[in-house]
Amino acid sequence: MQSYLKISAAAAVLITLGACASKPVPVEEPAAPVEVVDTTPAPAPVVEEPTAPVVQGPAPGSLEDFRVNVGERVYFDLNEYRIDPQDQAVLKLQAAWLSSYPAVRILVAGNCDERGTREYNLALGERRASVVKDYLVSLGVDPSRVDTISYGKERPIAAGSDEASWAMNRNGFTQIVSGTNS
Amino acid sequence: MTRLLFALVLALTTAVSFAPSASAELKVLVEGPGNFKPTPLAIPDLEVRGTNSDLARQIVEVVRADLESTGLFEMQNPASFIQKDLSIDVQPRFADWKIIKTDGLVVGAFEELPDGKIAVSFRMWDVYAGEVMRINGQPGRRLTTTPDNWRRIAHKIADSIYTRLTGEDPYFDTRIVYIAETGPKLNRVKRLAIMDSDGANQQYLTPGTNTVLTPRFSPSAQEITYMSYEGGRPRVYLFNIETGRQELLGNFPGMTFAPRFSRDGESVLMTQAEHGNSDLYIMNLQTRQSRRLTDHPAIDTSPSMSPDGRSVVFTSDRGGSPQLYVMNTDGSPRTCPSGGRDVACRITFNKGQYSTPVWSPRGDLVAFTKQLGGKFYIGVIGTDGTGERLLTEAYLDEGPDWSPNGRVIVYFRESRPGAGPQLWSVDLSGRNERRLQTQTEASDPAWSPLLQ
Repeated sequence: MQSYLKISAAAAVLITLGACASKPVPVEEPAAPVEVVDTTPAPAPVVEEPTAPVVQGPAPGSLEDFRVNVGERVYFDLNEYRIDPQDQAVLKLQAAWLSSYPAVRILVAGNCDERGTREYNLALGERRASVVKDYLVSLGVDPSRVDTISYGKERPIAAGSDEASWAMNRNGFTQIVSGTNS
Repeated sequence: MTRLLFALVLALTTAVSFAPSASAELKVLVEGPGNFKPTPLAIPDLEVRGTNSDLARQIVEVVRADLESTGLFEMQNPASFIQKDLSIDVQPRFADWKIIKTDGLVVGAFEELPDGKIAVSFRMWDVYAGEVMRINGQPGRRLTTTPDNWRRIAHKIADSIYTRLTGEDPYFDTRIVYIAETGPKLNRVKRLAIMDSDGANQQYLTPGTNTVLTPRFSPSAQEITYMSYEGGRPRVYLFNIETGRQELLGNFPGMTFAPRFSRDGESVLMTQAEHGNSDLYIMNLQTRQSRRLTDHPAIDTSPSMSPDGRSVVFTSDRGGSPQLYVMNTDGSPRTCPSGGRDVACRITFNKGQYSTPVWSPRGDLVAFTKQLGGKFYIGVIGTDGTGERLLTEAYLDEGPDWSPNGRVIVYFRESRPGAGPQLWSVDLSGRNERRLQTQTEASDPAWSPLLQ
C-alpha cells in the first residue's frame, strides 16, 4: 500500500509538471498513403522551472500528513493475522508519528475479505486489530491512546470479488479519532 | 399489532357420516427415495357464504402456495376438476377425483360472520380410501379471525394439511427475520427486517443508522437478539418486535457478537472478544448473570445449544482452521466420538473449513456452512460427526437456520462473484431449493417458532 501511495504521489507530480510545460503533447499521425513533407518546424519543448513547490505537502501532524506520509493500513495474508516486515515498517512509521503528536488518539479497525463467514470474520478482525495495537504498544505507544474495533467483512475498501480486492480488504486500519491539528 | 388479537377457534364441523375403510391411508414421506414424486393434491376454491369472494380466493391461493413450496405436493390444476358441485357437508364423488389422479382433496367453505370476522372450514378427503382424514380426531377444522388477519388462517390451514399428510410438525405460520441490505458495496446500509414465512408483510424494524447483523429469534417469538454497531461499539442486543425497543445485553468490556437463544429462551449464548481473543459466554436473561463457557487462546465463536440444553456446538480454529466442536454446557469433559476425553470434541474432519453451526430443533443434526475450493456449501452433520451431507453449493452460501420443525433450512446466497445476497431455503433432502423473495438484497435469515 505504501508503494501504491508513492506511485500515486509520483503520478500526481507528473500530472502537475505536465500542466506547467507548454504543450509537450506528442501527436501520432496514422501512416499516410502518400509521403507528406511537413515544412513547419515542430515547436521545441519548453521546460519551465517552477518557482514555488509544485505539490504543497500536507501540514505536519494533520490527518492528511498521517495518511500520505505514514500510511494508515497494513495488509494481512489470507486467514492470517501475522505482522510481516512490510507491516512492521508501516507500524514503525505510525508509532514514530504518534510519539510526535502525543495528543492523538487512534482507533484500529480489523477488516476481513468476503470469503469467510460473518461471525468468524468478526473474531478474526478483532484479532487483526489487536495484533496491530499490540505492535504499536511494543513500539512505545501508550495503550490508553489506542482503541480497537472489528468490522469483520462489513467494511470492504475494494468492491471487486477477486484476489486483488480481497487482499486490499484484509487489513488493519489505523484511524485517527482526535488530537490532530487539522 | 392485530396479530396479537388473533383468535383461533377450533370446532367440530357439522356431522356428516364418514364410512370407515380398510384401505391404506394417504401418507406423504418427507424423505422419499431417489425416484421421489410429489403427491397430487386438489384444493378447489372455497365455497363462499357471503360476498367477499376475492378474499376467499386469496386464502386458498396462499394455502396452495405454502403446500407447493414444500416440494412434497403437486397442486392439481382447477381446470381439470370434474366435480363442480362440491360442498363441505357432502361426501365428494371420489370417482371424479380418481380420474384426474388426485390422492388428496381439500374441500373448504368461507363465511363472513355477523360480528365482521371471517371463518374458514375445511375437510380433507383421502380419495383412494374414500374417506375423510381426521385432524386431531375431528372430521374437519374451522378457523375464525378478523379479515385483515386472513393470511394467518391460510397458513394455519396449510399447516394442518401438511402435518396431517406428513406427520411432521407445522411451520408455515411463522415469520423470518433477516438483514435487509441496500446501497453500494463499499457503503452498505443494513437494517433489521421481518416477513411472514412466505415473504408477505415485509417490514423494517430498524432505520439503518447503525449496521446490524445476525438476528436470531427467541423461542417466545416476540424478541430477537442481534448485534449492532450502535454508538460505534459492536454489542449484542435484545430487540422487542412489538415495542421496537432495544436493550444492551450484558456489561462486557469487549465486543460481543454471534448471539443465539438457548432452546428454552431463558438464556442467550454469545461470543466476547477481549484483547483479540474470542470466547463463548452464556447469559441468563432473568438474572443477567453471565458465565464463561470457553477459555482458549484460539477463536471460539457461533455457539448454538442443543434442545436439551446439555451441549453447545461452536466454531473454533484451535486446530488451525475453523472447525465445529461440541462441548458440555457445564464445561465438564466429555467422551469424544474420535476417541479420548476432552472439554471440547471436534466433530468435523473432512476437507474444508466449517463454521456457523446451528443445532437442529430435533437434536439429531447440526447445520453448518462449509468452505472448500472457492465454493461455499450448506450442509448437515450428525452431532457425533457422522453422516455429513451437503445440501447446497454456490459462490457464497452462508448462515443456515432451521424451520421450527427441523425439516427446512433457510440461508443466504451470493450466486456469483459480485452478486448481492438473497434468501434461500432448502429442505433436508436437498431436493427442494427455493429463493425467498425480498424487497431488497438480504442476508442473515432466522426463523421464528410457530406463532401463537
